[in-house]
Amino acid sequence: MSFINYSSREINCKIVYYGPGLCGKTTNLQYVYAKTNPDAKGKMISLATETERTLFFDFLPLSLGEIRGFKTRFHLYTVPGQVFYDASRKLILKGVDGVVFVADSQMERMEANLESLENLRVNLAEQGYDLDKVPYVVQYNKRDLPSAIGVDELHRALNPKNVPEFPAVAPTGVGVFDTLKSIAKLVLTELKKAG
Amino acid sequence: MNSGLVMYEEEFRLIAGICDRLTRDANAKVVFLIDKNGQLIASSGQAQNLDTTSLASLTAGNVAAMGGLAKLLGEKEFPNQFHEGERESLHMSIVGGRVVLVVIFDAKSSLGLVRLRVKKAGEELAKVFEALAQKQATPGTQSPFAEITDDDIDHLFSE
Repeated sequence: MSFINYSSREINCKIVYYGPGLCGKTTNLQYVYAKTNPDAKGKMISLATETERTLFFDFLPLSLGEIRGFKTRFHLYTVPGQVFYDASRKLILKGVDGVVFVADSQMERMEANLESLENLRVNLAEQGYDLDKVPYVVQYNKRDLPSAIGVDELHRALNPKNVPEFPAVAPTGVGVFDTLKSIAKLVLTELKKAG
Repeated sequence: MNSGLVMYEEEFRLIAGICDRLTRDANAKVVFLIDKNGQLIASSGQAQNLDTTSLASLTAGNVAAMGGLAKLLGEKEFPNQFHEGERESLHMSIVGGRVVLVVIFDAKSSLGLVRLRVKKAGEELAKVFEALAQKQATPGTQSPFAEITDDDIDHLFSE
């Protein structure tokens, strides 16, 4: 849920990156962090295990500039992808304004993608959200790997509603900002409708 | 989708006043107020050198995790939490079911004093947030974003 502060003339929105374990959610945030002007970003926080797997969440506050005299701030979160961290995934979806589903393009991860997408739908519903109504985009990550299957095939399996989708290679930044811009736009458009 | 929290000038002044008073009355270093989704609403005291955005997000994460634990134990929630450090301690309290009041204090204060003052400030804050919720629910209050255009949004992303 967005937070509009008339006193400080700020609007804050929460975007959550969701997807199966090791699909590259944290890498998306790390790339955004590395390539953003220091004035526009806060500290990136990663609550990770010793093996760098996200334990609770990653968090990156990002300023995008002003709109109608209001500073816009986007709070980017990732969830832990591993199946057994479902309790913390649910908590992080609280108050979400927009969701990025990061899919792993590798053939052997298709089942994990489908399972995670279903888990997203169920966990959103538990918080009172409907995936078909929440601002939502899909990213097909790891396009550079040899076992990556075609985008057409990924589209058919993971994006039947035809939401905006982006091929990506998160470590090199391919598709990372396109994905972020797209979800930020959808969130702001939703805010406009709510007004 | 649900509309989010909206903070108006008048209520913000009341909230900031309550936080300032709590900082003084509890001999606290910092007081801040966040919503349960991790957005910073107000801060008071020596907050200049603190990364309040990160504090807000981590506090919300912590409160959410404790809420999850409470449910597992059959409790509705744990409305108050206390974390004791070597030099500084942290007290968190859920106010009006929606926001979290955080007090950071050192040896100049005590847990007893903080708890006492937080209780009073919490009651005052709960009233303000109740009024705020009613104001937000009143028909005719329009979001400043009702009039934004696609161009305004595109402009944000122009390099």
